[in-house]
Amino acid sequence: MLDHVFRGSKKYWAFIGLLLAVIGAGVFAYSFQLRDGLTVTGMSRDVSWGFYIAQFTFMVGVAAAAVMVVIPYYLHDYKAFGKMVIMAEFLAVPAVLVCMLFIAADMGQPMRMLNVMLHPTPNSVMFFDMTVLFGYLGINLIVGCISLDCERKGVHYPGWLKFFIFLSVPWAVSIHTVTAFLYAGLEARPFWMTAILAPRFLASAFAAGPSLLIILSFIVRKVSRFDPGEQAIKTLSTVVTYAMCLNIFFVGLEIFTVFYADMPHHMEPFIYMFKGLEHHGETYNNLVPFMWFGQILGVIAAIFLVIPSTRKNFTLLPFLCGAVILALWLEKGLGMVLAGFIPSPLLHITEYVPTAIELAVTIGIYAIGALTLTVLYKIIIGVREHGLPSAERQ
Amino acid sequence: MDDSRRDFLKKASIASLGIAALPVLSAGVRAVSGHGAATDSIQWGMVIDVQKCDNKALADAAQKACHTEHNVPAVPADLKDEEIKWIWTEAFQNVFPEQAHARMAHKLHDKQVVVLCNHCDRPSCVRVCPTKATWKRKSDGIVMMDMHRCIGCRFCMAACPFGARSFNYSDPRKFMDTEKPANTLYPTRSMGVVEKCTFCADRIREGRQPACVEAANAIVPGAMVFGNVNDPESEIYKYLTENHTLVRQLNLGTGPNVYYKL
Amino acid sequence: MSDKGKIFLGLIVFIVAVTYPMWGGVFAKTPAPDVQLPDGKCIESRDYMVANHMNMLDEWRDKFVREGEEIYIASDGTEHAISLTKTCMKSGCHDNKTEFCDKCHTYADVDPYCWDCHVAPDQVAPKGGN
Repeated sequence: MLDHVFRGSKKYWAFIGLLLAVIGAGVFAYSFQLRDGLTVTGMSRDVSWGFYIAQFTFMVGVAAAAVMVVIPYYLHDYKAFGKMVIMAEFLAVPAVLVCMLFIAADMGQPMRMLNVMLHPTPNSVMFFDMTVLFGYLGINLIVGCISLDCERKGVHYPGWLKFFIFLSVPWAVSIHTVTAFLYAGLEARPFWMTAILAPRFLASAFAAGPSLLIILSFIVRKVSRFDPGEQAIKTLSTVVTYAMCLNIFFVGLEIFTVFYADMPHHMEPFIYMFKGLEHHGETYNNLVPFMWFGQILGVIAAIFLVIPSTRKNFTLLPFLCGAVILALWLEKGLGMVLAGFIPSPLLHITEYVPTAIELAVTIGIYAIGALTLTVLYKIIIGVREHGLPSAERQ
Repeated sequence: MDDSRRDFLKKASIASLGIAALPVLSAGVRAVSGHGAATDSIQWGMVIDVQKCDNKALADAAQKACHTEHNVPAVPADLKDEEIKWIWTEAFQNVFPEQAHARMAHKLHDKQVVVLCNHCDRPSCVRVCPTKATWKRKSDGIVMMDMHRCIGCRFCMAACPFGARSFNYSDPRKFMDTEKPANTLYPTRSMGVVEKCTFCADRIREGRQPACVEAANAIVPGAMVFGNVNDPESEIYKYLTENHTLVRQLNLGTGPNVYYKL
Repeated sequence: MSDKGKIFLGLIVFIVAVTYPMWGGVFAKTPAPDVQLPDGKCIESRDYMVANHMNMLDEWRDKFVREGEEIYIASDGTEHAISLTKTCMKSGCHDNKTEFCDKCHTYADVDPYCWDCHVAPDQVAPKGGN
């Protein structure tokens, strides 16, 4: 199967080359962080997590979203997802990989990362997070590779694989729940300490992940002769619609609870995000334009997704999906992580702005994800095109 | 309830109910034993007299004693956001936000209060640490740090409700005089680990008082009291029973062991 | 298959590259370090210390930092404080990191991070100096 990776058009190799260059730039930027420490980032004593952890949180959701294709296909025998399901599993693999890299990039002592496994600490959510992420990576690799290999050989996948397929369903839910628990279990941070955080994470994940899958389907249709199927894309867009609406609803619940109860410590992070906080005569409002842009974009995308004619419009749909991804990335990646630190437990306000090095490392890590995804999708396309009549090599 | 039974119950709960049940069960145990009751085990604690410690010379001396003894780097002003602090001062309304109402006497409102790690009974930082690099020492209740073990994930910093933890964003030796640590017998830290007050575990081992307590009391006698809060014979035990004291963020249930006399 | 030659060439390059650290030293003859040992006796025999000092220090740090043990009882029954700087590197023993620790570590190409934090006596100005 791997041979498909090494046979491609000029465009394919140019894209691979571009990704490698971006990865190289990211590695170069990271070398400064490795030498000088996390001082090269915008993080501080008060805002001790930043861009890396924000991306990590967002991408765990993308990884978990494979379950939205796996459940209908394997549990409800929804045939339209037959060609899509492998794409979902092979999206989960680079997504988890990217998550792990973001965690590694965020560590002060990355060489000691294995301490988490050497000294397992069940009361730490981070230990669980690492465990479930590794597990999820393994499950999706096993299921994806074996089912694709069987398809290539024209045989049914082995019965024991069903076990891993079923396991992947609760496992996908668990990775994002555990990620929410990282935040929700901290009594020091009223903004995060809310039981709705895990459902909110899942809703946003099931909107953002399938959105990305839809966009990838359109790309695959464009660059190859393999078509994941119109019906599959349509059904997936319905999933995005429901999940996006649920997410907006959950955020609304949060805002009602906080502002109706009128408790200062719970309101301050929200006020910081949407209005800015006054403190000792200074205004802190770095996030305000991003948060409003994200929320408005998200609501507009949701409205167009709810309207059947615009949702079914295949010219418009990729843009709606892009809007959903961007809106949720701003809300859950950027806003959710950063606002939790404002104000600090000692009621100080320190604003965070990512540095160029942080951005370069972030883009580099995403490029590693994109490269992995490209390689895995190239295999899928190769196998699928081979099955088509009068196959023409891509 | 004795320790072994409590231990057994905890382990049994982990085994049978999973970790979700742990906080529920320990809350039950807490209700039975009650926070603050005298027990055989040692729990070091500290009282800070807010009035006596509202004195810049005293606060500076306490910080200097601590930071010199433990080679805490003086991070330059342009990196102020990345400061390392084991003991420092904050305005009263920032230390006790729940107590600082709008009509509070101004003399109290603007007081500078000495703050440090609270060495909590149920520390949030210990709960979240993925490598056991920070833990609550059974022998004397100090929340310790193992600088060899810390991976620098900063989960503890997000979890601490007191802002007591600092991260080494740079190599701390960069910020030390002529690259020479003040105390050659105490290690510095490496880049990328979290650090905080240890209640001067090394001094306690030798039967001495913590550096800040010694320095503060040399300036204003009785500014700080340090001792075993579980020992009914100790000075601090008597102090706490005879004076009205506060702890920070009592409602969060971490059980701080640094007390404040107003 | 026409690719056979290429595959074999690739394999050979790979094997040479990954095993280089094992045989690379054959060409670079570095003389064994001449380590100056202090007078007197270490807490364990010379051979034991050469082979096991790293494990001992590793155990020590967990014992001291995590378990609160302060005393090491040597095989001859003598007691020693568990401390890198106060026992091993105290004045009159291995107080010269450059001449003692570094010589072997450089030869063996290992880079322990002990001194990222612990202060070596010969790397600070003597007391009373500047």
